Amino acid sequence: MTSLVAKDIVAGYVPDLPILKGVSLTAETAKVTVIIGPNGAGKSTLIKAVAGLVPVSSGTVTLNGTDITNPAPDKMGAKGVAYVPQSDNIFRSLTIRQNLDLVLRNAGSEAAARRDALFTQFPALADKQTERAGALSGGQRQFLAVAMALAINPSVILMDEPSAGLSPKAAQEVLEYTRALTEQGVTILLVEQNVKQALRMADHCYILADGQNQVDGAAQALLDDPVVGQIYLGGKRVAPA
Amino acid sequence: MIQNIVDGFLVGSILSLGAIGLTMAMHMLRFANFSHAELLSVGAYAALVFDGLFSALFPVISTAIGPLSLTWALTLATILSMGITGLTAIAIDKLVFKRVRAKGGELSMVFASFGVAMIIRNILGLIFGLDPVLYSQDIVFAILVSADPLLLVKPDQVFTLIAAVIIMFILHLVLSRTTFGYSLRAVAENPTLAQVSGINLNRMIVLIWLIGGGLAAAAGVFYGLTNQINPVLGRDLVLPIFAATIVGGIGSIYGAVLGGFLVGLAANLALVILPSGYSPAVPFLIILAVLLIRPHGLFGEERA
Amino acid sequence: MIGIISYLVFFATVASILSIAVLGLNLQWGNTGLFNGGVVAFFGAGAYGTLILGSAPQDGLLGGFGLPYLLALFGGMVIAGIVAWIVGLLTLRLRHDYLAIATFGVAVAFENLVRNAAIFGGAQGIRGFERPLRDVFGSGLAYNALFFVFVLILLIATYLFLERLIASPFGRLLRAIREDETAAQSLGKSPSRVRLTAFIAGSVIMGLAGGLYATFYAFISPQDVLPILTFQIWAMLIVGGAGNNKGAVMGTFLIWAAWTASGWALSRFAPLDVQLYTGSIQFVLIGFVIVGMLMWRPQGLFPEKLVVSQSAKTGR
Repeated sequence: MTSLVAKDIVAGYVPDLPILKGVSLTAETAKVTVIIGPNGAGKSTLIKAVAGLVPVSSGTVTLNGTDITNPAPDKMGAKGVAYVPQSDNIFRSLTIRQNLDLVLRNAGSEAAARRDALFTQFPALADKQTERAGALSGGQRQFLAVAMALAINPSVILMDEPSAGLSPKAAQEVLEYTRALTEQGVTILLVEQNVKQALRMADHCYILADGQNQVDGAAQALLDDPVVGQIYLGGKRVAPA
Repeated sequence: MIQNIVDGFLVGSILSLGAIGLTMAMHMLRFANFSHAELLSVGAYAALVFDGLFSALFPVISTAIGPLSLTWALTLATILSMGITGLTAIAIDKLVFKRVRAKGGELSMVFASFGVAMIIRNILGLIFGLDPVLYSQDIVFAILVSADPLLLVKPDQVFTLIAAVIIMFILHLVLSRTTFGYSLRAVAENPTLAQVSGINLNRMIVLIWLIGGGLAAAAGVFYGLTNQINPVLGRDLVLPIFAATIVGGIGSIYGAVLGGFLVGLAANLALVILPSGYSPAVPFLIILAVLLIRPHGLFGEERA
Repeated sequence: MIGIISYLVFFATVASILSIAVLGLNLQWGNTGLFNGGVVAFFGAGAYGTLILGSAPQDGLLGGFGLPYLLALFGGMVIAGIVAWIVGLLTLRLRHDYLAIATFGVAVAFENLVRNAAIFGGAQGIRGFERPLRDVFGSGLAYNALFFVFVLILLIATYLFLERLIASPFGRLLRAIREDETAAQSLGKSPSRVRLTAFIAGSVIMGLAGGLYATFYAFISPQDVLPILTFQIWAMLIVGGAGNNKGAVMGTFLIWAAWTASGWALSRFAPLDVQLYTGSIQFVLIGFVIVGMLMWRPQGLFPEKLVVSQSAKTGR
């Protein structure tokens, strides 16, 4: 069963200058799919194109067979797709509780129960719920962003470099938590710079360069592949986890 | 001196009401809207029209409330005017700003807003005449609160200040207690994230114009009640209202409230040392001072 | 016949002076994307500066330095430049709204200052300026024609200067900044510095126009520096086509002709009780011209012929 499928995506901020030049990708249900590649490869653009923030000029995106190409970004949540941007992914001027209430505002009578459930899931946030989110540490911000994404009960979460700017320890925690979400049946599609860590926690990996697919395969296989290691993983073979 | 402070608070409350809508629209649509102050004029005149209509239809409600010159007819007219002015603001956006946005980019919007201001101001002048008018011909005497230091206050002024503070308090409750308020603040802080959090930006723009227009109408009526109504009301208030948003930091609603009071106070206190002819220039000096000391205002954030 | 020629000379002189101001605005707005909401402040600084520096001493008025005319005119330009430098320094590093508001504010403050300060002549303005070479050419048509030629020479000089400027590497830099600040930054240039230079240069040109205007009437008062003049100058640029100097000049003549013609027609044909509202009607009309142009033909009647970059085409 396939979940999220992007096929031959051509997209960019300006019509005549596509950043993505025909990228295809499949994110299997309840698996972690990671996109890696050099700077400027179009990794973030791809995830934004799926989220509806960058216009797709040709190609299709489907979710369980339904076409969701070029969605209105504010309608993605209703389709079960959550998007966690790389930075500025929480509202700093709102309190933690207000951040969650905001994303839960259409949940009606369930909202309070769901918020409490999220606080049970993220006890560190529960302790600080009346504090402004801007006061949180980097790692806690990332957890709040994940909690906000989970609030809409998504089937897919798109994440843009969740470990960026975090300490190695916090990065590890966030990635492990993300991995654990698949046990709840959530599909994860993420972009990562932190290649080794990403490959260790992912199921499948796509390598992009210059807006095109280069290689893809099981994350473990790519980790072990000497040629891939040479070209994309900085020349050193990475020991399996 | 004490008179200047009291007057400053009064003017400040009016500027705050005007600045709230301006700062929201300016932050979200990213242009300095020079036509916002004209919404105060629209509101003041719309209330004048409905006040006349209600008083003629139901003479019972055309008597003054207590010591005020305000009547129930004008109260009703003001509420109606807030709605109408909000709708006017939406209509202007649909007719002009939205199209210019689609065609020419952000910077042309500033020009367009000047054009819109010019059109509204002069059409009001053509309809209602260039001479100032008042809501009530009855003379309401100021109350001598204290002879030394001299302090004269009109009942209408007290009412205006209280009403403005109540309106702002209601807005505060909405912003701090309701998910709609959170959405407004979310949009002000980070429109893209607000959008991926499921907020429909186009709908928010409409609501911001509605709220901004409504608050501007209240400000216009309060100004008319404590001064007079004339077609160049917007021209006279545009710079102080801009100063209030800059003092508070563009995009900050609470900053706009505080900025309004600060500009009102500063402008009135400046009259202690400056001849009154110079008062139109005071907001500019305040703007310069803020840009020198704290360019992003009291609560503003740097956003290139 | 002489009457018509006199009038045409008069019209062409004023239109040429305004053209110079519009060219200054074009450098700021059309070429660099800087919004100047207070053109009159810089125009006025040039006008007041020229009269104060060039006139003979008068009781209670500032100045009366009696400088040679060309020096006084140059001094007026320098004063306009200093005002621009102060406003620009404070606002050009911030987002563009600040410049719009601050320039609008400086115009309000300028008008307020000259209206209230006795040393600037107050509401009566400054008179008694000796027009240069007046004793040689008298005060008739010959003098006016000569002055027109002088203005025309300065207009052509300004035009050629700006054409050269925008064709130079500096001009390319201005357009790069207008269209894509980050790209310009990556060229290793400080955009705020380049913008400040362009803003001051444009304001100095407006100051020149103001100086000529004051020379022409040998008089300046707060009535000459009302916000409506800023508005007229914009209308001229927008109608002509921002970015294009030829268009700017044509737009000036067109709008100035339309403005004078509409004023004349209203005073001639409108009933007496409507005439009180002539100004309001004209303001509404010019408001519609600006809004209409921005909505339906933002490139103006005579658009810029340069190749527009990708990002500008799609409109940000």
